[in-house]
Amino acid sequence: MMDALDHPLVTRRRFLGAGGALVVSFSLGPRVGAAQSAFVRPGDLNDARYLDAWIRIDAEGRISVFTGKAELGQGIRTALIQLAAEELDVAPDSIHLVTADTGLTPNEGYTAGSRSIVDSGTAIRNAAAQVRDLLVAAAAARWQLPPARLKAENGAVVSDDGRTLQYGELVASTQLHVVAQPQSNLKKPVFSRVMGKSLARVDIPAKVTGGAAYVQDLRLPKMLHARVVRPPGPGANLLDVDSGAVTKMPGVVKVIRDGSFLAVAAVGEFQAIQAMRALAEAARWNERPTLPRAGSVPTFILNFRAEDHTVRDTRTSSVRAGRALEATYTRPYQCHASIGPSCAVALFDKGSITVWTHTQGVYPDRAAIAQMLRLPLDKVRCIHMEGAGCYGHNGADDAAADTALIARALPGRPVRLEWMREQEHAWEPYGPAMITKIRATLEDSGSISDWNYELWSNTHLTRPGSAGALLPAQSLAQPFAPDEQHVEITPEGTADRNSVPIYTIPNQHIVWHFLREMPLRTSALRALGAYMNVFSIESFMDELAHAAGADPVQFRLRHLRDERAREVITTAAKAFGWSGSALPRNHGRGFAFARYKNLAAYCAVAIDVEIERETGRARMTRAVAAVDSGEIVNPDGIRNQTEGGILQSMSWTLFEAVTFDDTRVTSIDWSTYPVLRFSSVPDRVEVHLVPRPGRPFLGVGEAAQGPTAAALANAIANATGKRLRDIPFTPDRVRAAMGVL
Amino acid sequence: MTVTLNVNGRTRTVAADPRTPLLYVLRNDLRLNGAKFGCGLGQCGACTVVIDGEAVFSCVTPILLLEGRQITTVEGLGTLERPGALQRAFIEKQAAQCGYCIPGMMMRAHALLLKRPNATRDEIRKALEPNLCRCCTHMRILDAVARAGELMREARGEDQGT
Ligand code: FES
Ligand code: FES
Repeated sequence: MMDALDHPLVTRRRFLGAGGALVVSFSLGPRVGAAQSAFVRPGDLNDARYLDAWIRIDAEGRISVFTGKAELGQGIRTALIQLAAEELDVAPDSIHLVTADTGLTPNEGYTAGSRSIVDSGTAIRNAAAQVRDLLVAAAAARWQLPPARLKAENGAVVSDDGRTLQYGELVASTQLHVVAQPQSNLKKPVFSRVMGKSLARVDIPAKVTGGAAYVQDLRLPKMLHARVVRPPGPGANLLDVDSGAVTKMPGVVKVIRDGSFLAVAAVGEFQAIQAMRALAEAARWNERPTLPRAGSVPTFILNFRAEDHTVRDTRTSSVRAGRALEATYTRPYQCHASIGPSCAVALFDKGSITVWTHTQGVYPDRAAIAQMLRLPLDKVRCIHMEGAGCYGHNGADDAAADTALIARALPGRPVRLEWMREQEHAWEPYGPAMITKIRATLEDSGSISDWNYELWSNTHLTRPGSAGALLPAQSLAQPFAPDEQHVEITPEGTADRNSVPIYTIPNQHIVWHFLREMPLRTSALRALGAYMNVFSIESFMDELAHAAGADPVQFRLRHLRDERAREVITTAAKAFGWSGSALPRNHGRGFAFARYKNLAAYCAVAIDVEIERETGRARMTRAVAAVDSGEIVNPDGIRNQTEGGILQSMSWTLFEAVTFDDTRVTSIDWSTYPVLRFSSVPDRVEVHLVPRPGRPFLGVGEAAQGPTAAALANAIANATGKRLRDIPFTPDRVRAAMGVL
Repeated sequence: MTVTLNVNGRTRTVAADPRTPLLYVLRNDLRLNGAKFGCGLGQCGACTVVIDGEAVFSCVTPILLLEGRQITTVEGLGTLERPGALQRAFIEKQAAQCGYCIPGMMMRAHALLLKRPNATRDEIRKALEPNLCRCCTHMRILDAVARAGELMREARGEDQGT
């Protein structure tokens, strides 16, 4: 590694110091190791510290920006381009953005947790600002002018006496392979040209005209099509399979079997599907009843042995008198169920493998696949390509692993595998079933004086790190065992995410009853535990407000000191026209609020519902949200994500539950796992953004999931006088609550 | 065996088992990306194309039924350089998150607007019922289809005026 002190950058920085463009903020060489840790670089720039890991410019002035994050349908590509274009002072369309690829981009872990702008956006923005200043410094040196007399403008550096040097002309004398500084000279929001603007999404034109946009669209020369045959249920093993007839089917190239892993590759895609069906017929499985007998609510998880982890305990002995209230809420297993099933393409050639995948984490996926194939890391490359919308840890990594196994058996031939719909629904890792129980005391004054919260949940994180996390690796003849699960209580939380109420309440006791036993594989679904915890807390806040005879919005404000939280709540209430006025029969209004993770974006949601008494169908007719996500990169991007979040949460909350018998998952397509369709879409959805120029980014992509669920429960309670505490609020449950037979 | 298809106004001959669903022929033999595999079961609409003016699930429609019929995919609505009204409207309304469901939505909307150029928002909503969007971009999809209707009406108005 190059010694930072010996580097020309430092000289240049000293030179720059006078002009004030950059502060020379260190005087210690890297040999003084301990002192280095004092310099925290912004975002993921702290991990990938070289500027040229993020930004490269060639002699023609072409700019490449590198991110370890992936486009998952959230529009991150556009927002990252905006950040780079702003600080580099170039047109957005002159930037070529390279996303997650273990061969090219920094390792930024997973694209998850609404962290892309915070981690990668911050890094790119700061790196771009530093690169721009280095280019200015190079021009200053060339012209022998103080940098203060120069500025960057549209891909060039210009001087106040009218001279111009294009970036491409400056790169030869600008060393970008330098360690980033802890501080950057970011543009002031008032000078923004592209930041904070609703730049149109760069990916949409191709997607609406049939351009190749997804890994599903990747066609390599001589590519084969593959399909896997999955066991009938999670506890089944492959006893035997006579694949003789299948190998003779038209187009079939190979049947691959390793333990209980079974797959087929063919020339044509439909040939592969037909061969898969024949192979499934020919396979004999040993099925075991490994799934719990479940009623309509997942109370069976209370029977699992629990390990208790205290999330928070602020109890003091002085318990005050008041009214005690208690409630229990449940949520079933739920699917990601991307509209396009998981897909990957892989090529195994000369001992190395390349996998094109819509994984959320190319680096962790590479490590897991390398371990599974028993290959060194440098023989495996994972390249992200978009899949259908990704709302967490779905089948992407497993499909990548499937494809890698198949491709290894067919060296030199690219292999494309796509899961069938039934496989996606039955085998993706689910959002865990959860139960929460709240007990609180309401003082006569109308304040909450103590708060006892328990949650029961499996882990929400079984992402790859090791091969054992990959579905096919668990069923090989020499299987890899799933990773040992570790529970850590962190500020961001997982199952316990948002289990700490944001409200000012003394005497809190919050416990996660962690369940190790996992009959159905679970992992991260958008918002993790925050969906259920916010649903529970914000439902209960309404129950308490009702008991206190208070308006639900006022009751929340009464318990809330955070000014930004209060502003979001009042903004949403005002835009909605919140009031306590009487509504027509079978109509209700509901409100809910949360700050995602208690440290990311603030989101309040107010909704109207209408109940069809006879059928029990609850329809959200209008939703109004207010969001504070710190500085805004792309307002329309945030609106798009929030509108989608509101409707998706509504879908989860009104319709969705994984069903199973004692051996098999039975919700395996869109008829057995119904989701939102157009007939249930609201008439209007509005998203209001609270501007916070110059403030840190707050991740926003998952902020609406919890509040929407609770607002629905609260609105249904408002309309019917009955409180629903078990998700989903199906017509049957609504009717039963109302006593309509 | 070969089957002759008319796709986006062009005659295409493909060598395939006549039972093959149209979707795989479009995607693999004709290398058209627009129609998507979502379920293969006729439940989600990701594969929707228009055949003789009707929206059809291409994932469950074998090609043997299609000789001599006019098949339109999203590629037939316009190009990146010269986008058609529906494409312009979806771009203008930024009506996509992942976008995977969107070509199917557009083709179902296309079939509707062919028949009912003045379709109301309610009619649009009803017509799109068979198509799922898991990112839940529904509000924008409705806006975009309504906007496409407007653009088409404007275009016709101009035609009459010249
Ligand atoms: S893919 Fe054809 S309807 Fe779903
Ligand atoms: S935009 Fe992703 S499924 Fe519709």
